[in-house]
Amino acid sequence: MTEQKTVASLSEAFPSTTWSEFRGDTRAVISRGDLFAALKHLRDACGFDLLVDVTCVDYLNYRDAEDRFGLVYLLANAETNERITVRTFVNEPNLTVASAVPLWAGADWLEREVFDMFGIVFEGHPDLRRILLPDEFTAHPLRKDYPLQGRGERHNFPVLYRAEG
Amino acid sequence: MATVEAKTVEQLAKAEARDYLWTLNFGPQHPATHTTLRLVLLLDGERVVDAIPDIGYLHSGFEKIGEHLTYNQYVTVTDRMNYISPLANNIAWHGAVEKLLGLELTPRCKYVRTILAELARISDHLLCNGAVGLDTGAFTYFLYAFYQREVLYDIFETLCGARFTNSYTRVGGAMHDMTPLVVDKIRAFVRNFPKTLDDMDRLLNRNRIFIDRTKGVGVLTKAEAIARSATGPIARASGVARDLRKDEPYLAYKDFDFQVCCSPVGDSFARYLVRMAEMRESLKIVEQAIENLPTGPINVSIDERTALPNKQQVYTTIEGTISHFELMMANRGFTAPFEESYGAIESPNGELGFYVAGDGTDVAYRARCRPPSYIHFALFPHLIRGHTLSDIVAVLGSLNIIAAELDR
Repeated sequence: MTEQKTVASLSEAFPSTTWSEFRGDTRAVISRGDLFAALKHLRDACGFDLLVDVTCVDYLNYRDAEDRFGLVYLLANAETNERITVRTFVNEPNLTVASAVPLWAGADWLEREVFDMFGIVFEGHPDLRRILLPDEFTAHPLRKDYPLQGRGERHNFPVLYRAEG
Repeated sequence: MATVEAKTVEQLAKAEARDYLWTLNFGPQHPATHTTLRLVLLLDGERVVDAIPDIGYLHSGFEKIGEHLTYNQYVTVTDRMNYISPLANNIAWHGAVEKLLGLELTPRCKYVRTILAELARISDHLLCNGAVGLDTGAFTYFLYAFYQREVLYDIFETLCGARFTNSYTRVGGAMHDMTPLVVDKIRAFVRNFPKTLDDMDRLLNRNRIFIDRTKGVGVLTKAEAIARSATGPIARASGVARDLRKDEPYLAYKDFDFQVCCSPVGDSFARYLVRMAEMRESLKIVEQAIENLPTGPINVSIDERTALPNKQQVYTTIEGTISHFELMMANRGFTAPFEESYGAIESPNGELGFYVAGDGTDVAYRARCRPPSYIHFALFPHLIRGHTLSDIVAVLGSLNIIAAELDR
């Protein structure tokens, strides 16, 4: 649950914020340019000191979707357990957003995973590399245009034999 | 706070021109990593200068599979995430799905799930603490812990036929009800387990070797724990009094009397003690729940059109027959709203949540798992810097990294 105070505070600082509510989750949609400032505002002025998760949804072919990618930041207050979901939309060709690592050290691996799986580039991230997939991998497999069976990467990996190793 | 870490071992070695440092490859196959994870260690003698985790060896695309299996089928995949406490994953997954669908469970189902979540917590903590004991030389302690895990596996087998990959929950209920035999076995466990816990306490809590190996090792301060998104016993051992069972009581937790176990110290020994204390609290919850287990159906009513009706309803009522038929037909099933929600539980390892996006069908559009192991393993290089090589097992063990959940 998010308190009215937080809603009012964020709306005042970023008037373009739109709000929605679903099953007790309060969700704010922030424009991409304001994302870092809004997260900083939430951390410093509203007490959301815990970054619970960073994830992304690919809205390709989703009903009524206007944007391609929706980034999701789940924040919580470690003292009161007040929660808020912050979303921002990103479209091709410019898949760049500001990194949250300067605010939360815990964002490091979470953002690397989003980069790995969706190809969203986090500007200002100290070490933006693939994390779960091998470095040679070229696709971003959690995008909706990537098939479940893959594109044959598995068969094209170089085979290492013991003698060469 | 965030420090810029060297990207590769070569860069670090080159930049600093410290050619007396040597690198050691720890894992991916190593008895002390327990699962498949790899660390590249930069050592100055026996001291760890830096540790660079290299993960992804077990990556199997669970989140991609989640976009192709129905809400009920995907529960089998959640079993394979944190396979030390699969029931907690089942409950987390279906808890998140039921939140998306707006389903209210029956009182009996809430109690049954609460009991199973707590038994899963005990099972997880037994393994974690047992393995820390094993890695630091206390083999007997490990056997005490594992004997009780066998008892728990027997309970799970009686409950659902599977010892390891339970897949017990379903949307709106469970695969079937808890039988009186399971209740008896859980009662027997509640009676017998405290004796083992006392033995375990006596074996290790004042053991000189164990204390020397774990006390002051891998200290995580409260501010760091919050900044680095730590949750669960690891955050609580650093003084963060955050427990979703108290803070946002899901299932039936608000009915029970239990305490949140914390420690202000934040080292490996504190994490061990917090887990020991949590097992006693979990046992208290199980005892209260099993003695007050409500009667009534385990699944939501057939009007909700999500859980399968029972056989009596199928054979004797037209609504039951139709409902069963509809749910079983391919391309029928139930519908989810075009919405997204995040549902989390306090899993044994920390906050385990699923961010589920629905798209009208009974297959998730996006099934994001917030894996506590992944977030806790990111802490590891920070915790181990400056410690010795032998401290790695004490720190790694106390973080309880399960690679299947780490890589998904």
